[in-house]
Amino acid sequence: MWQTLKHWYHLLGSPRHFYRISGLWLPWVTLLAVAGLAVGLVWGLAFAPPDYQQGNSYRIIFLHVPAASGALMGYLAMGVAGLVGLVWRMKMAEVAIKAIAPFGAVLTAVALITGSIWGKPTWGTYWVWDARLTSMLILLFLYLGIIALQNAIRDPRQAGRAAALLAVVGVINVVIVRYSVYWWHSLHQPRTIRITDETAMPAEMLAPLLICMFSIYLLFAVTVLIRARTEILWRERRSNWVREEVTG
Amino acid sequence: MYFDSLGEFLQMGSHAPWVWSAYGISLVLVVSNLWLAARAHRNVRARLAQWVADESLREKR
Amino acid sequence: MNPVRKKRLLIVLGALGGVSVAVALILYALSANINLFYTPQEVAAGEAPVGQRMRVGGLVAEGSVSRDPESLKVQFDITDGKGTFTVFYQGILPDLFREGQGIVANGTLVREDYFEASEVLAKHDETYMPPEVQEALERAGHPGANTGASDNKDKQETSY
Repeated sequence: MWQTLKHWYHLLGSPRHFYRISGLWLPWVTLLAVAGLAVGLVWGLAFAPPDYQQGNSYRIIFLHVPAASGALMGYLAMGVAGLVGLVWRMKMAEVAIKAIAPFGAVLTAVALITGSIWGKPTWGTYWVWDARLTSMLILLFLYLGIIALQNAIRDPRQAGRAAALLAVVGVINVVIVRYSVYWWHSLHQPRTIRITDETAMPAEMLAPLLICMFSIYLLFAVTVLIRARTEILWRERRSNWVREEVTG
Repeated sequence: MYFDSLGEFLQMGSHAPWVWSAYGISLVLVVSNLWLAARAHRNVRARLAQWVADESLREKR
Repeated sequence: MNPVRKKRLLIVLGALGGVSVAVALILYALSANINLFYTPQEVAAGEAPVGQRMRVGGLVAEGSVSRDPESLKVQFDITDGKGTFTVFYQGILPDLFREGQGIVANGTLVREDYFEASEVLAKHDETYMPPEVQEALERAGHPGANTGASDNKDKQETSY
């Protein structure tokens, strides 16, 4: 087990091998993500029953929850990559942070926008400064901050380290987002999907929601693979394998 | 299918503006981000290919 | 792990720990401001400032809603089982407003048992279910059916 893990760490830690392997994976992951999203969203929008209180407006959940969850998971992954990058000075970790940040920011924005639109017919307002909404806005700023750091600092090594540090420290905010609805009185309700407890949703609504969530994770992976591949090509542009790759 | 007709589906039980605007904006954001990523990849590849081609031309001379 | 990496790991984790403690202290100090609303229990205990603009939140008490037939004036009690006070409001209530529903009202606490709201927001809980299921629950006389919250008291308190 440990040996295989170590093997993969070294294989994917090498830009060249990562480029080759990710190229093989990419079409399949893309196909699965798009198909999953199509099935999940059509099921959620057209086939799932309405909610007894909110009617059909609750169907925004099939985008809102997967986007929010993907945004948080992405940040967590970025935090782990940041730690690996700072401690082990692994080049691929810096590439990973750069590859994760843009789509993470998009998913955070999607979660905020869909939540705001959903809030109007349900709560009666687009926005309140409660702990959940505010901490989610901070998540967006953290993502944008990481992107800005990468672009603002000239030296790529320094830029990578600064971004890695912000990625690690920003994980605190992920914890705050997650527990904000329990620590403070907020307008936002507690989470619906629970792993240890019974989920507060029947199977005919939960199934499409989980499919959407899984597909959004896959779509996130697709964007990360594409961006990581771009970054690798550019960083390794002087090496022979890149020359062969771009001319072949 | 929960809805009886396409019209009803589009109306979303009077919640159409909320549901469809949420889905529309999200679709635009996600698709444009994917497109940007793919375009950046193509651009870098093309630029590097050009670079290699220029170099081999210089070597021949 | 070699000593250099160990040192770097300790520095990064130390930085993370330090910032966490700082953030925790700040959030703790500001918790009164981060809480979006006061609960009826806090109002009853006199923790909410009388005469100032603020938000309160709780469940709309069963059978307490009375509407003025001539205007949009409405009056209802909100409660959390440990405190109750009356809310006055004039305006359009959100669709989800009903007895047993959690709400958040923005306005002024005129007296400790009298709140004048300028805005009423509906708070919904994390439970979703199809209408048929809810009707079946109601027919079966399920205690939590009309709020959608689960049947145990404990959950009701946390989900307003």
